Amino acid sequence: MTVNKSLLIPLVVFILLVTVLALGFRLEDPHYLPSQLINKPFPEFSLPDLHQNDRIITKADLTGDVTLVNVWATWCPNCLVEHPELMRISREEDIVLYGVNYNDETNKAIRWLERHKNPFKLNIVDNKGTLAIDLGVYGAPETFVLDENGVIQYRHVGAVTRMVWDSKILPVVSLLRKQAPGPSGDSE
Amino acid sequence: MIAEIGHFSLILALGLAVCLAILPAVGVYYRRVNLMQLSGSLSAGLFVFVSISMVCLGNAFLNDDFSVAYVARNSNSALPVQYKISAIWGAHEGSFLLWSLVMAGWTLAVSVFSRNLTLDMRARVLSVMGILSVGFLLFILLTSNPFDRNLPVFPQDGSDLNPLLQDFGLIVHPPMLYMGYVGFSVPFAFAIATLTSGKLDSAWARWSRPWTNLAWAFLTVGITLGSWWAYYELGWGGWWFWDAVENASFMPWLVGTALVHSLAATEKRGVFKSWTVLLAIFAFSFSLLGAFLVRSGVLTSVHAFAVDPERGVFILAFLVLVIGGSLLLYAFKATGIKSTAGFEWTSRETMILVNNMLLIVAAGVVLLGTIYPLIYEALTGGKKISVGPPYFNTIFVPIVMLLFVVMAVSPSSRWRKTPLEKIVRQQLVSLFASLVMVTTLIYFFASKIEWVAVLVVSVAAWILINLLRDLFGRVRNKVDKLTALFRQPLSYYGMLLGHLGIAVSITGVCLTVYYSEEKDIRMAAGDLVQLSGYEVLFKGVKKVKGPNYVADQGELVISRDGEHVVTLHPEKRFYQTGGNMMTEADMDAGLFRDLYVALGEPIGESAWAVRVQYKPFVRWVWFGGLLIALGGSVTLLDRRYRTAKRKVAASATEVGVTAQKTTTQKTVLGEVR
Repeated sequence: MTVNKSLLIPLVVFILLVTVLALGFRLEDPHYLPSQLINKPFPEFSLPDLHQNDRIITKADLTGDVTLVNVWATWCPNCLVEHPELMRISREEDIVLYGVNYNDETNKAIRWLERHKNPFKLNIVDNKGTLAIDLGVYGAPETFVLDENGVIQYRHVGAVTRMVWDSKILPVVSLLRKQAPGPSGDSE
Repeated sequence: MIAEIGHFSLILALGLAVCLAILPAVGVYYRRVNLMQLSGSLSAGLFVFVSISMVCLGNAFLNDDFSVAYVARNSNSALPVQYKISAIWGAHEGSFLLWSLVMAGWTLAVSVFSRNLTLDMRARVLSVMGILSVGFLLFILLTSNPFDRNLPVFPQDGSDLNPLLQDFGLIVHPPMLYMGYVGFSVPFAFAIATLTSGKLDSAWARWSRPWTNLAWAFLTVGITLGSWWAYYELGWGGWWFWDAVENASFMPWLVGTALVHSLAATEKRGVFKSWTVLLAIFAFSFSLLGAFLVRSGVLTSVHAFAVDPERGVFILAFLVLVIGGSLLLYAFKATGIKSTAGFEWTSRETMILVNNMLLIVAAGVVLLGTIYPLIYEALTGGKKISVGPPYFNTIFVPIVMLLFVVMAVSPSSRWRKTPLEKIVRQQLVSLFASLVMVTTLIYFFASKIEWVAVLVVSVAAWILINLLRDLFGRVRNKVDKLTALFRQPLSYYGMLLGHLGIAVSITGVCLTVYYSEEKDIRMAAGDLVQLSGYEVLFKGVKKVKGPNYVADQGELVISRDGEHVVTLHPEKRFYQTGGNMMTEADMDAGLFRDLYVALGEPIGESAWAVRVQYKPFVRWVWFGGLLIALGGSVTLLDRRYRTAKRKVAASATEVGVTAQKTTTQKTVLGEVR
């Protein structure tokens, strides 16, 4: 059978296109950096502490070590889903958790933590959602990994499960810990 | 339990799709009539089981079954009923189920309305559609099952549908769009069937044309609705963003438009056969490519869809198999095709060819702009850029302007050869007339003269004048002019409506772009602002409560020359379940202008950031889109497609179904011999 070569042009163009699209995958996992805020400093804020209303928490309280910041609320069913895992992390893992209590009622939030136990070192009251808006939060729960300078290094949207911890968050945390000794671990 | 029934019937549907893909094709190969005839009942079965599955998912939404993970993520017990229904296709899994349902629907439609095809052809077409269904259903079952359960611990309440999607536009927009995307599978299947049979004649163009027009009309409505939705729901008064998801729907539309035209030429004149087949493959390829871009997450978009690289890999593999396979088939099988009729460069055939070239280049430009960020990232090793409206506007706009000029002149052209001198003189006169007319109108009605706008609107007027002249020319020499008007074929009126729609849309686009006025200002209660001759008074903001949100509702009283025009109530909504803030703009719509107000952020104690916009002729953009779609669907009712069907229906009633079957068997056997 003879093939008219010009009829192969569409096929060749298509193969080129597929190559580009396939390269699109190899570049990175699109889940890995879903936020505009990756590599940007955590936004400045000054908001009260959930348990001590007269105490003001600022960004300075979150810096100094690699930390997790978890956005949660009592109205959020998935926060209840991830809560056992957060408790486990706070007990078993070597990392400090901070909570951002998002658009919630303070009394309810305190009672919720009494009932389900508190994995957080500090709880920031964000009842107007201002910090959450600065963070570009879609909805609760969301979890951010901050390096020791308070720069956002990872963001997870949705409930943190054991699988998410093992496959997504822990690798980022250990990588940051390894880089931490070198003062300018900023490469590439 | 009911969700499991849905899951199970989806698996059964997959089984039927596999049978539909294989059995009729085997029948064609071994010339077994009974196997070929299975295609009809298999198509029906496929449709029934995908429908059952859809109903089961709907049931889970209506009954707030939050143990189903998809329902828990996209619904909430406080969600109003109509949005619970539209939430079925509010995210990836369910929308792909809808996609498969639409696919099954088109397959059934082809099997029902293509009785006048030879049994052999029908079996081939349905078998190709069966293959596509296998791909889609496998994709759902393997990567995006909407029936997955959240067991044993499931949330008491769902995390709500994205508030952007809680809207009438979203209830109707995806089904329309999918009817269009998936509808292109029909001409695609016809093209593949013809290529495999090796009999590429004008008949296949006649079969595909009504299907193509219908699918294209649906796609037009879908895109129009999407643009309208973006306008009033995204809250900043734009109606097209050159966003990856929009482009994904626009590319198949451009190619589909080319296909609609070249099919007409192939059917009437027997030209461009090979090219038309290629276009049919392209149109559907672009639909699939769109699905890939939207759902794989290789591109970022304002319409954040569920992204998952695993799904992307699946779709990419499917793309390679389907498109690569069909292009390979094309390369080997389209060699023998020769156009029978010749034409000169001044003919309508040339016009259509130029139209096709421009549309394909336009689609290529959009494609390049859409995937350029990927190419760039690959070349530079990870630097991210975005290609925005500047690129598209500078490259796309000149191409379509050229297209509009071709379109304006085209009704005066004739098949084979056009007497050139006469036409040129005629066209210069009508172009001049439209320029003068438009300049005068703009001079008297607009605040200032924008020459680009004058030029573009003149082209629209030129298109209109030429359409009217052509219509007039067709009845001028007839004795009974009214009867002559009715005698014109409906496909001719389809063309008129479609082109008229384009003229209306360009006018809308151009005038909105050049004459809109927009102010972003800080307003406290009692503040007044002037905008294009209107006075806008801000009366303040109060709290209101909706079914699943609370909102700050502003009140703006708009008047003109002291007379009250309208009072608008834009809202800033807070959806508690998802924690989303939403801007709900309010507008006063009109044929010649929209007044559009949106509430921004509160500034200080009592003031708010307010955006007020005056948008002239913006409704024309969508009105034109609807006219185009109407034009596309009117063609379906053309006598020559109807008579073919009626003949079959008549023979079925006269002779009885069994008798008809035997005759078709005979024709097939006759062909086989």
